[in-house]
Amino acid sequence: MPVSLTVNGKTHSLDLDDDTPLLWAIRDEIGLTGTKFGCGIAQCGACTVFIDGSATRSCVTPIAAVEGAEIVTIEGVSGKPAEAVQAAWNALDVPQCGYCQSGQIMSAVALLSENGKPTDDDIDQAMNGNLCRCATYVRIRAAIHDAAKRMEG
Amino acid sequence: MTLLETNTSRRSFLRGAGAAGLGLVIGFRFEPHGVAGRAAAQNADVFEPNAFIRITPDNIVTIFCKHIEFGQGPFTGFATIIADELDASRDQIQVEHAPADASKYANLFFKIQGTGGSTAMANSWDQLRQAGAEARARLVQAAAEEWGVPSTEITIDGGVLKHASGKQASFGALCQKAAITELKSAATPKTPDQWTYIGKTFPKVDTKPKTNGEAVFTIDVKLPDMLTCVIARPPRFGATPKSFDATAALEVNGVAEVFAVPHGIAVLAKGYWQARKGADALQVEWDESAAETRGSAGIMAHYKELAAKTGQIARNDGDAESALENGATVIEATYSFPYLAHAPLEPNDCVIHRDGDGVELLLGSQLQTIDQMTVAAVLGLKPEQVAIKTMLAGGSFGRRATPASDMAAEAALVLKAAKHQGPIKVIWSREDDIKGGFYRPLFVHKLRGAVDGEGNIVSWDQVIVGQSFVFGSPFEQTLVKHGIDELMVEGASNMEYTIPNLRVSVHREEVGVPTLWWRSVGHTHTAYAVETFLDELAAAAGADELELRRKLLANSPRHLGVLNLVVEKAGWGSPVADGRARGIAVHKSFNTFVAQIAEISKGEDGLPKLEKVWCAVDCGQPINPDVIVAQIQGGVGYGLSGVLYGAIDLEDGRVVQSNFDEYRALRIDEMPEIEVHIVPSTEKPTGIGEPGVPPIGPAVANAWAKLTGQRVKELPFTRGVGNA
Repeated sequence: MPVSLTVNGKTHSLDLDDDTPLLWAIRDEIGLTGTKFGCGIAQCGACTVFIDGSATRSCVTPIAAVEGAEIVTIEGVSGKPAEAVQAAWNALDVPQCGYCQSGQIMSAVALLSENGKPTDDDIDQAMNGNLCRCATYVRIRAAIHDAAKRMEG
Repeated sequence: MTLLETNTSRRSFLRGAGAAGLGLVIGFRFEPHGVAGRAAAQNADVFEPNAFIRITPDNIVTIFCKHIEFGQGPFTGFATIIADELDASRDQIQVEHAPADASKYANLFFKIQGTGGSTAMANSWDQLRQAGAEARARLVQAAAEEWGVPSTEITIDGGVLKHASGKQASFGALCQKAAITELKSAATPKTPDQWTYIGKTFPKVDTKPKTNGEAVFTIDVKLPDMLTCVIARPPRFGATPKSFDATAALEVNGVAEVFAVPHGIAVLAKGYWQARKGADALQVEWDESAAETRGSAGIMAHYKELAAKTGQIARNDGDAESALENGATVIEATYSFPYLAHAPLEPNDCVIHRDGDGVELLLGSQLQTIDQMTVAAVLGLKPEQVAIKTMLAGGSFGRRATPASDMAAEAALVLKAAKHQGPIKVIWSREDDIKGGFYRPLFVHKLRGAVDGEGNIVSWDQVIVGQSFVFGSPFEQTLVKHGIDELMVEGASNMEYTIPNLRVSVHREEVGVPTLWWRSVGHTHTAYAVETFLDELAAAAGADELELRRKLLANSPRHLGVLNLVVEKAGWGSPVADGRARGIAVHKSFNTFVAQIAEISKGEDGLPKLEKVWCAVDCGQPINPDVIVAQIQGGVGYGLSGVLYGAIDLEDGRVVQSNFDEYRALRIDEMPEIEVHIVPSTEKPTGIGEPGVPPIGPAVANAWAKLTGQRVKELPFTRGVGNA
């Protein structure tokens, strides 16, 4: 039975096993590769996407569970928080290798959508599930504060 | 059941291939194989003054970076230098990886194409300035000829050539003429007073695609008719497949074929998930007769026994032994350091496909020449028939610089054995990576030190025990000196503290666990042992740890420079808040000097909680200060991961940890505020990717000793604090 997925507003009918993680449907079948594979067990956050607006680890989300949901990836993320976050990430040159940054940005957008003025503690709590092996954390923190300011302006 | 009758041991095979590879390097002439080599001949409109620069009529300056970009910033470093020499506009610069071609793109320190040892900018500095200066001079000369004015009257501003008469032209408009211009005299790079970007501001060239999902890593490569490969890997190092049953694997939706390679069973499928499911459904019987079956605890215990005796002498000043016997106070300490996985966030991967009469690999290649030679050996090709498109890599920290070219070699072995003739992408799982070896070796250090009646340090004896990954590799010739692998003792045998009786010796043990350089290599353990033992000796001598360092480094001005700067910036010596303490460490690695001060408290989990870190760095002439700051910040974070949490254990030869739930990495809530201060310098640029790592461990440990009285000698802290 094909599974129907709506990603970034476009619906795809995919002939995949029900247990296929959303991550691999997005990457291998739909062909959007901005969402990354880092651990496969929801420990690193590189695979973070929005499912009906909530930041979710796509590597442990079977496609059968998200049929009919609105799925948004880094390629489709938009709106005021997303623009502010991406602008701040560029202004502060946050990325090093860049591999985790799609997931970082999705988590940061989710945070700022809920909380327009996060404290350092709020940031640490919200971003704790996103590993960065280059340890760009100092700049991630600064960029989220910077994005919050941009959203005010 | 498929019974496998002949198997070459993976390690010996790959080692052989790699070693043969380097032997051939000198004899081979590399033909240009890639875009950069071909374009100039084909297109007369293109101005390609050298292997690093191409200017096209659309006014784009394309820079070919011979070093892999995996986060340390060489793309931006190359761009900063060349844009400065050209006085180009930031907006017209784009950077690509150079093709694999050692005749043009060798690392000038390695003599082969490769990245490592924090040499990217250090080896390229003069080369790029000269390349940029020549390109500039030819553009200026082309304009002078076109306008009939002396070239000395032409200036360049923001990528536009100008003359006082009002004439102006873009690079793009002049590139056709510049391409046929020959210089009348040698071009000279700018002097520092003429620099516009070097040492100042030049935003990173690769940020934008890394913030919108556009950056393409190896794992993202899509080629027509490509299959994904997952390999079922052996449970112990040195084991090989004996037989396997693929029935269940072949029933998995999307699995195309299953076959043996020397080190495992390969499953090819439509995508990663199908291949993974197929590999998990395999039944494999392994031949473990040649496998390493020891546990890390046993290896550690054995090393500790060895550490009781002096090893091969790496340094011997004065007479350490009799000075120890005569010392007023003698202390000793044994340190242990576990195996560490690099765990870059992009798992190991490689794409390979047939291309004309050879193959092309798309991978985050860190040693392109060795990858080329090794793949050529596996497939019976000439090295120039192996093209490599170097991809962005999601970190490496040393993992992608395997002398045995493990990722490239296994992709070639898979291609060779597969019925499928199209492209293949091999992807490792995180578990494959964590359990897959090539770790920072396990080390034990035993130190003894003596202080005389006046509080002087009169003797230092350090015995280092560990494994070498250099012996038997293509790097043996360059890195083994007088029978000693320098990477096992660096940071200790060459310490600059003035101690009259100083001995450093080493025992090299053979263990069947593949090991490798891990960001800052030997310094990951030597800096910790040296800098914490020095604090312990200072306490024994009743001396202040900063004043003692100043005294022992009186003849090392650049050490003193960073030490004094960090002390000033942190306000060392002023009172610290209750419940907090500060520790200091200074270390030179990759010709760069770094001093760090860590301020910590005791966290709720009983471990050090990092409150703030101050850093001072002297890496010669700063090229791109913001990249320097980023690398020191990142180095501190990477070092903290290892020192606080990192450990790979083996039980009966089987790796215990498997993913980030068991191999803990630093998270954002554990990352301190970090201040980085750069010492102004006009010395040639030195390394920056690694030198931020070594001092953080000892700075934290020295602070922890002050806060709690515990001197942590068993790493990581999660163990050492409990067992101290």
